[in-house]
Amino acid sequence: MNWTAIAAIYKFEMARFFRTLAQSFISPVISTSLYFVVFGAAIGSRIDQVEGVSYGAFIVPGLVMLSVITQAISNASFGIYFPKFIGTMYEFLSAPINFLEIVMGFVGAAATKALFIGIVILGTAALFVDLQIAHPLAMLSFLLLTCLSFSLMGFIIGIWASNFEQLQLVPLLVVTPLIFLGGAFYSISMLPPFWQTVALFNPVVYLISGFRWSFYGLADVPIFVSLLAIGGFTVICMGVIWWIFRTGWRIRA
Amino acid sequence: MTTIVEIDDLKKVYDGGFEALKGGSLDIREGEILALLGPNGAGKTTLISTVCGITNATSGSVRVGGHDIVTDFRAARAMIGLVPQEISLEPFETVIRAVRYSRGLFGCKRDDAHIEKVLRDLSLWDKRNAKTMELSGGMKRRVLIAKALSHQPRVLFLDEPTAGVDVELRRDMWKVVAELKASGVTIILTTHYIEEAEAIADRIGVISGGQLLLVEEKDALMQRLGQKQLCIELQQSLNELPEALADFDLDLCDDGASLVYTYDTAAERTGIARLIAALTAEGLNVRDIQTRQKSLEDIFVDLVHNTGNKEDAA
Ligand SMILES: Nc1ncnc2c1ncn2[C@@H]1O[C@H](COP(=O)(O)OP(=O)(O)O)[C@@H](O)[C@H]1O
Ligand SMILES: [Mg+2]
Repeated sequence: MNWTAIAAIYKFEMARFFRTLAQSFISPVISTSLYFVVFGAAIGSRIDQVEGVSYGAFIVPGLVMLSVITQAISNASFGIYFPKFIGTMYEFLSAPINFLEIVMGFVGAAATKALFIGIVILGTAALFVDLQIAHPLAMLSFLLLTCLSFSLMGFIIGIWASNFEQLQLVPLLVVTPLIFLGGAFYSISMLPPFWQTVALFNPVVYLISGFRWSFYGLADVPIFVSLLAIGGFTVICMGVIWWIFRTGWRIRA
Repeated sequence: MTTIVEIDDLKKVYDGGFEALKGGSLDIREGEILALLGPNGAGKTTLISTVCGITNATSGSVRVGGHDIVTDFRAARAMIGLVPQEISLEPFETVIRAVRYSRGLFGCKRDDAHIEKVLRDLSLWDKRNAKTMELSGGMKRRVLIAKALSHQPRVLFLDEPTAGVDVELRRDMWKVVAELKASGVTIILTTHYIEEAEAIADRIGVISGGQLLLVEEKDALMQRLGQKQLCIELQQSLNELPEALADFDLDLCDDGASLVYTYDTAAERTGIARLIAALTAEGLNVRDIQTRQKSLEDIFVDLVHNTGNKEDAA
């Protein structure tokens, strides 16, 4: 394992992030505050409580997931797409490193950034609502696994994309709708029975449900199913990356 | 002389089915400058990319410093620096950070003294804190070289380092290459400028249509360059060279209608008078006589042309 190279990639990617630290910090703070104003104040004044939790507090886990997932995907996909785009990919291919090390550097950095954003959002949310975390360890595990798995997914998208439009395509057309429909801002039990069944096909439902459980002990689906889902998703992403590594798909002619 | 890169029967077929390398073998000697000369599309970049790990070979093998580039890729690649044909740099990075990053990617511990030396040698030290996008084309190329040298490679591949560069910058680059050689680095560069190969190479390899046509000492090639050809058009065609002319370096051309005599202008005696006398003695009547200088360009064109013909015939 070439740890020096992994550290070099990680640091290089993080440096990009630190250079725009203020921006990286301010934008999630502002967008989270906006969500509280719009969803918490406007809708919350009508919904008041969901299963014994104030609506404002209820949406916090979903909000964190929404940002963490979007950030993980966009950071990782951009991180690996950019060298492809500007042509500096040759350096990774000619260096004495293997694909796993490249993945560890890029995905590690993307996951760290997403984690940072997630923590900033939690901190911002704590200013608006009374946050309780019933199962801190589970909360942290869910958060870390989400950062990791969606960074892996972003990496795959970045390898696959051959232009900027494609880079935006999956997050825009698939991921964001799945998160919004995945119970980020409501409980699945609030849906009509038919849509409840449909919702169970949305993988994000399991993620948000599990994450919310770690805060309030409330879940739409059993917690072990949630764990299985996020664990399974991570394994699938790793499998795809292993396949990319084996075949050199879209990387090595 | 030690061999540092051994290329053995290397073939590359691209996904579309195009055969870009048709099985060339080549031994590169430690410390030499080898110029790979060939027209666009000859397969120069493909050859370099395969050795450096950017494309996978279809068959054949490459060893660098005795390390196989597939089974022992870490040791092999650690010895190699690559300057690609296209200039591609992280636009917002400073020169020094970009070069340090390359060193890190190769798994080497940070070494500011070495980086400073590389940047100074390439006259980049004053620009170390400039963003790469602010640099001129020639400077960017130097940054690419600095990146390639950041991990102290023993073999440096330069893919068309002077393509599209003006004369002054080209001479600058030649100087850089000469200095690198003096520091003990083995250099393989590709070019489609014959005069470039002539100016800086120790050996010249000619590649065309995915085939390595020849690899020769530049001086030997230059000696061929010093040769002239005398073309003797005959009144009557010959089926074969007469016994009496066997001593001369003669070729029968145009279906026996002319003889081509190759001779060395630098030699004390060219043998022309003796040849004419021999022709007369054989009773062969001469219609016309021409001489021409054989240039490297001619040698090159001949080679490319001949292999083309052979393929047509096959
Ligand atoms: N990725 C690729 N896929 C298919 N064909 C390619 C690819 N890269 C190069 N080629 C073809 O292989 C041949 C050799 O290309 P290249 O090695 O770039 O030549 P050179 O560097 O000598 O100009 C060309 O005909 C080119 O079109
Ligand atoms: Mg080329």
